[in-house]
Amino acid sequence: MATQKHTIVALVLDKPGVFNRISSLFRRRGFNMDSIAVGHSELHNISRVTIVVDGSTVQVEQVRKQLEKNIDVVKVTDITQRDTITRELALIKVHANPGTRSEIIQIVTIFRAKIVDVSADSLTVEVTGDTPKVDTLYKLLKAFGIKEIARTGCIAMTRGDNASI
Amino acid sequence: MKMTGSQILCESLTKENVEVIFGILGGSILPLYDTLTQYPQLRHVLVRHEQAAAHAAEGYARVTGKPGVCFATSGPGATNLVTGIADAYLDSTPVVAVTGQVATPFIGKDAFQEIDITGITLPITKHNYLVSDASFVAQTVKEAFYVAKSGRPGPILIDIPKDIQVNQSEFDYTTKLVMPGYKPTLNGHPAQLKKAARLIADARKPVIIAGHGIIISEAYDELKELAEKAQIPVITTLLGISSFPGSHILSYGWLGMHGMAYSNKAIDAADLVIAIGMRFDDRATGKVSGFAPRAKVIHIDIDPAEIGKNVKVDVPIVGDVKNVLKSMNKYIDVLDNREWLEELEELQAKHPLGSFEGEGRMVPQFVIRKIWEATRGEATVVTGVGQHQMWTAQYYTFDRPNTFITSGGLGTMGFELPASVGAAVGRPEEAIWCIAGDGSFQMTMQELGTIAQERLNIKIAIMNNGYLGMVRQWQEMFYGKRYMATPLGCPDFVKLAGAYDIPALNVTRREDVEPAIQQAMENPGCFLLNFVVEPEENVYPMVPPGASLAEVMETPRKEVLTWPRKSTL
Ligand SMILES: Cc1ncc(C[n+]2csc(CCOP(=O)(O)OP(=O)(O)O)c2C)c(N)n1
Ligand SMILES: [Mg+2]
Repeated sequence: MATQKHTIVALVLDKPGVFNRISSLFRRRGFNMDSIAVGHSELHNISRVTIVVDGSTVQVEQVRKQLEKNIDVVKVTDITQRDTITRELALIKVHANPGTRSEIIQIVTIFRAKIVDVSADSLTVEVTGDTPKVDTLYKLLKAFGIKEIARTGCIAMTRGDNASI
Repeated sequence: MKMTGSQILCESLTKENVEVIFGILGGSILPLYDTLTQYPQLRHVLVRHEQAAAHAAEGYARVTGKPGVCFATSGPGATNLVTGIADAYLDSTPVVAVTGQVATPFIGKDAFQEIDITGITLPITKHNYLVSDASFVAQTVKEAFYVAKSGRPGPILIDIPKDIQVNQSEFDYTTKLVMPGYKPTLNGHPAQLKKAARLIADARKPVIIAGHGIIISEAYDELKELAEKAQIPVITTLLGISSFPGSHILSYGWLGMHGMAYSNKAIDAADLVIAIGMRFDDRATGKVSGFAPRAKVIHIDIDPAEIGKNVKVDVPIVGDVKNVLKSMNKYIDVLDNREWLEELEELQAKHPLGSFEGEGRMVPQFVIRKIWEATRGEATVVTGVGQHQMWTAQYYTFDRPNTFITSGGLGTMGFELPASVGAAVGRPEEAIWCIAGDGSFQMTMQELGTIAQERLNIKIAIMNNGYLGMVRQWQEMFYGKRYMATPLGCPDFVKLAGAYDIPALNVTRREDVEPAIQQAMENPGCFLLNFVVEPEENVYPMVPPGASLAEVMETPRKEVLTWPRKSTL
């Protein structure tokens, strides 16, 4: 079965243990999460979870239904086929010396990323964008030596007037 | 009025019409047990191991349709419940398990008998709760019972720290439940119902596969109406046994690994499968790619996640099967599938279930058939797991709704005796027949103590073959007959029963089988029969692991088993 990356958005009750229930379900059913991001939603006491998962359409539909079965999960939508805006944020600490610093800054500028910290032999870059953009910047900066990277995981929203979910 | 957490819990259980609790106490649940003294309407049955408390709650739930309740203390008490909870999860049985927990300030400190039981049971409960304040107790119990029973039923665990059991709060059971994440779909979509009816009208070789869902939603009449009106043969799953009368003219056995060969072959030949309240378990379908290869599939189930999980479905209908069948039956015309039914008669004549006579030997099939005869097919029968379970399913023809209680999904050896305890409490007006394996029985036989103390009317029939028989059969067939760890020593079961003051008999000869059963039935309370049966008898038919249903291996013995069929029941 052909697999592809799916973006799933879930609204879940803001209760202790909910996150555990979700991640446990992925582990138990044998699905690998590429990323998971959680935060408040526009609704009181409801969090919004964005999960990127690799799988066939049938598998992902099964995961969606299993998630939705959870009593603390209000709604789950697979928005992969919709017109969406997806973003993640990454902080990348990269080796820099007087010889490489300006080259790094050039790359960062092209990607409309920001230098958020400078020290003797490193630069810290903040980048937002969709996953391919972050991946590409990461690849380019790798040549200079990455000291550390932190990524938030993907969040997503459909374009237009309608709510995603 | 202010009450303690324990009182609130007991009040809430009373509001939920709970009449019995199976359990064992300990330090972390002592306040709750102390409070039980104020609630004589809540009968407490003291079991001998918490696994048995959970199985007994299951047995009670299965025969009454009401959630079964069990109590255990923290730590080892709670972990002992786990097997029973998992069993309830896989067989969609409503159970509410209440565990004591160490007091809130000790949580997370690895305190004495502290175990993260909500963490442990997370993947085997429909939902679970760690109660963090006495004011949440009533709401939690209310929600627990609602969730356990509604939609696709399942087990719920409520973990209550010791301090919450004594802290005070107002008791109010009138608050409405707000559960935005939980709304079971109860009614089938009308367009889907019509689509299904059209497929049924057009089919030439339809079969119904009736599952546990029929029993859970008590859709016996609706199923019968559908089958009779449209003249569709009914094949059940293992847990669907007793959802449709076994001696009905349209009954065609049950499917799967040890189901009847003719049932499996009928599914292979069918052009339409109407699967109702079942989940296409791999033991039922055989090799999935070879399952019902000629058939379109209508799948009716209350759990949307079951649709398309294992088998591709043409017409999915999500809803409570009773509601769905009720509405769907309106679109069903009177049909005549005579040719198909005649074909099935021939199939059955060609591929019958092997005889229970066993060429005059003391075979377990014979014993089970004699129990069927003596109880006129009307008894509530609880089994363990193994060969004896399959023979019971094959040779006891169930005509009365919801009378076959077995562990299907988890296949838990040791289920039979404690589940019989629960069934006996739930159906006090009748004798419960516990058909046990010598191996299974030894896993939970301490419950003889519970049976003796509570004076429960359970007739125990041990099929004593001296082996972990089902596994021995696999070793014989697939592992060169190397009987590693399957020969099984047994205690003297009659003496064992005697130690509990339970009357018992050894039965070693065929001619003694009937009189022994009679004697057990005439005895007013519990009775144990130790049937010493052929040690190396095998269960047939058998769909070998990895094979499709059509590749079923049949019994080497070709005597025919028939029983009277009735056109109406
Ligand atoms: C708790 C548990 N442990 C192990 C098994 C694996 N198992 C399945 S059937 C069986 C043998 C059962 O023996 P017995 O109860 O004597 O029944 P028989 O097959 O001989 O009728 C075993 C060990 C199981 N199903 N459950
Ligand atoms: Mg045995």
